Order: sequence, then C-alpha cells, then structure tokens
Amino acid sequence: MTVESLVFFFLAAFAVTTAVLMVVQRSPLVSAIYLIANFFALAALYLLLRAQLLAVLQIVVYTGAIMVLVVFVIMLLNLEEEGRVRTRIAIRTWITVVLAAGFLSEIVYVFFVAGTPAEGTTISAGAESLGTVESMGEALFGKFLLPFEITSLLLLTAILGAVVLAKRKG
Amino acid sequence: MEIPLSYYLCLSVVLFVVGVAGVLTRRNAIVVFMCIELMLNSVNLTLIAFSSFLGSITGQALVFFAMAVAAAEAAVGLAIVIAIYRNKRTVDIDKINILKW
Repeated sequence: MTVESLVFFFLAAFAVTTAVLMVVQRSPLVSAIYLIANFFALAALYLLLRAQLLAVLQIVVYTGAIMVLVVFVIMLLNLEEEGRVRTRIAIRTWITVVLAAGFLSEIVYVFFVAGTPAEGTTISAGAESLGTVESMGEALFGKFLLPFEITSLLLLTAILGAVVLAKRKG
Repeated sequence: MEIPLSYYLCLSVVLFVVGVAGVLTRRNAIVVFMCIELMLNSVNLTLIAFSSFLGSITGQALVFFAMAVAAAEAAVGLAIVIAIYRNKRTVDIDKINILKW
C-alpha cells in the first residue's frame, strides 16, 4: 500500500459516504452541504489524476458558484423537510433497485469477468504536464476554439433565460 | 502499487448509481437537481481518468465544457424551480404533475 493508494481509498470512501448521506437526508439544506463535501473529495481525486486546473475549477465553479446558488434558493424558498421517503413501496422504488443492480452488475462483469485492457493500467508519463493551465489553454484556444466560443453563447442564453423565468410578472 | 484505471471507473459508477437512486426516490425538486449534479460529476471523473491514463487532453477539455453547461443548467433549472414555487407554493415533484397528461 503506497501513500497514493491510501489517499485514493480514503477519498473514494469519503465521496461515496457523502453521496449516500446526501440522498438519504430529509432536509434539503443538509443534503446540499453533503454534496459540497462530495465535490471537495472529487476535486482531490482530480488532483490525484494530475488534472490541476480542473481540480481548482471544480471548487471554484461547483462549490463556489453552483452550490451557493442552490443553497440560496433553498433558503429563499424556506422549504419544509420532506416527509418519510416512501410510505408504500412505489413502482419507482422497484425501477430504482433494478436500474442500480443492473448498472453495478454490468460494471462488475466488465472489470472482473471480461478483464481490463492491458493498455492504460498506469497513469501516462506526460499526465503531469497535461492538466496545467498552459496545456489546457492551448487546447481550448486551438483545437477547441469553436466549442469554446459557442460556450459563451450558451452562457448568455442561460443568463437571459434565468432572468426571464425568475422575474416577477407585471 | 499504482491505482489502476478500473478503480476510478468503479468509484464513478457507484457515484452515478447513487445519483440515479436519488433522482428516482426523492420528491424535492431541488434535491433531484442536486442528484443530477452528482451524476454529471461522476461522468466528469470518468472523463478525467481516461484523459490522464491515455495521455490525451481531449477528455479534460470535454470536462471543462461539461462544467460550463452544468453552470448554465443550474441557473435555468433553479429559475424554473422558483417560478414553479411562486405559482404552486410547492416544489414536491409528486404534486407538480400537470405536464403528465
């Protein structure tokens, strides 16, 4: 067991625990806090994968912008706690169980029965220089210039849409 | 011991399944929304894992765009939740079923 794998297992356990707690919590605000903790664990995992810029962006964009917005709306609406999750076993619960079991059995089949490919079993040698601001910037302003520009249009549309939808009429 | 790619993919699928379970069982629209964010993030983890194991920048660029789309989606989605709450005084998705017919 190296330090890296210890860190990975700790972060993985933390991420899964906070995700499960988020789903079972009845208060939406507590759910949001658990989701923020989950995003921090994911940012640390991105660092473990040598994606430095995206680890920073994960914290800045997700926990700094999106989750603050979510917490704001929760507090603004002053929501009461949800009742018991289900009083009777609805058909939706069964769909959930079947879907979750299907996903898990599929992934178990792929990894442990079909076997993993020989290629890509270790992080590639150039990965450290891949996730830097420099190489990401070169990719975004070179190969992905058109999608990058279209993203700005998308964000403009989203701003206008949000203002129009949330505006009080009259 | 170096961590193999399959460990990251397993973690990602577990997070995705937790997100799916949340979307299907929770009734608060905002919590459903947060579960969708969780699913988006688990896919981002997959993309970054593949990107650094294969030594290609494309996966990380895709995650960058996915974050931008998630931000836009958050703004519009929460605006819709506010608009619905203003009209119906609830965000319980079992009570907001007018579009079902």
